Amino acid sequence: METRKLLLTFVKNVVERPIVYNLVKEFDLVINIYRASISEEEEGYMVLDITGPTKMIDAGINFIVSQGVTIDNAQKSFRWDESVCTSCSNCLTHCPVNALHIEDRKTMKIVFDQNICIDCMGCIPNCPFGACGSIFQD
Amino acid sequence: MTEAWIDDVLAYSGIAAVDLYLGATQLRHNDPANIDYPGEFKFGGGHVIEKLIRGEELQLFALSYGTDEYPLKELRTKFTIDDLNQATMVNPRNCYQNYNVAVNTSNKTIYTYLGKLKPNMGNMTYSSAGQLSPLLNDPVYRTIGIGSSVWLAGAQGHVYSEGTQHTSAVVRTANQVPAEGAGTLALTGNMKEMDGDFVRGVSFKGYGVSIALGVGIPIPILDEDILLKTTVRDRDIRAQVIDYSIDYPMETGKVLATVNYETLKSGIVNILGRDIETASLSSYSMALKIAEILKAQIRDGNFLLNKPYQPLPPNQSMKAMKAGK
Repeated sequence: METRKLLLTFVKNVVERPIVYNLVKEFDLVINIYRASISEEEEGYMVLDITGPTKMIDAGINFIVSQGVTIDNAQKSFRWDESVCTSCSNCLTHCPVNALHIEDRKTMKIVFDQNICIDCMGCIPNCPFGACGSIFQD
Repeated sequence: MTEAWIDDVLAYSGIAAVDLYLGATQLRHNDPANIDYPGEFKFGGGHVIEKLIRGEELQLFALSYGTDEYPLKELRTKFTIDDLNQATMVNPRNCYQNYNVAVNTSNKTIYTYLGKLKPNMGNMTYSSAGQLSPLLNDPVYRTIGIGSSVWLAGAQGHVYSEGTQHTSAVVRTANQVPAEGAGTLALTGNMKEMDGDFVRGVSFKGYGVSIALGVGIPIPILDEDILLKTTVRDRDIRAQVIDYSIDYPMETGKVLATVNYETLKSGIVNILGRDIETASLSSYSMALKIAEILKAQIRDGNFLLNKPYQPLPPNQSMKAMKAGK
């Protein structure tokens, strides 16, 4: 069993297809959706974890791609711009899972762990410098 | 110019004919502020100053009533810092010597210049570099005074006055380190020499806009006493925890607890029997970076120290504005 984090981008003509339903029904995968949205232009995003045997995950991903959905498995919707971050640390108490955290209390430098982030976006309005953003927001 | 806006942020024009002051906390024209509470305050004077220093193009819109020698009544143009003869930062309050620590004991979220404070003491915020903060290393202002050279965001600036709210007559602990907010510095420097990485516009949701500046001040070790005071550690510096939901706005003077910076920087502070997560608004990691840059500049002979020509007021208190009738 493994878990993979995916960011799916749906173009206009595939938004109405029941992709997640088929991942569960046909490939027996466990789905955990963090965030999903359809824009006014009827394009969609979805951020989710899929859990199951590697073989089934690969088959499920092939199915998703075959439906015309674009997969970005390197990113969530959340973006942290290290070059903008000053490591003030105000985000820390607004990140419930410590994806944004300090590893070395001697330097107090902020680091971000993409794998822990649950895409809650709690940090975004709490960064005075605008280092946090999301494809779901302007 | 009688009225002027830079990137839609109002500048003060009541000085010489074509000079302007731009305030770091000035909001952009038509910013809804807190009408739709809590406001976002995405852009203001601090952001304009950052853009200017980064060499970005800005828009100037200015109006005037016209005179015989200055007939132009309206101007809309684009410019960068290179188009200005002088661009001088004049900053009346920097480097607060110690500052209070904010919590919120009420049952609703509040928005402050120390960030969003969660209800029921859900978090705690502070703003000082602690053991790297200049005035905490020279607690009774023996070397830092009016005229002292300072590293101001990459430029060699200087202290032009005591800062506003400078309060030297305060409670002090071992080695005369203030146990509450105390001295401040008014700093000036040439913005053309500054580095935009150390001049940053900031937005505080529900509060407003401001600017975050990088400052480094060299302290010459002239005797044992000065040396001893620069060895101050985070554990030696105590700060007051203030309830920003009631005691700060009502000016009750009540202090919930005192904590030291070593504990604050650990990430968890225990007060009133509760463990509370902490976060800082000033950047210790940037303070470290500035200390290294300044050290290298001094070693290479590119930054010369000087003797202040006047000391900071040593025994001064602060008063609030008189209440209205």
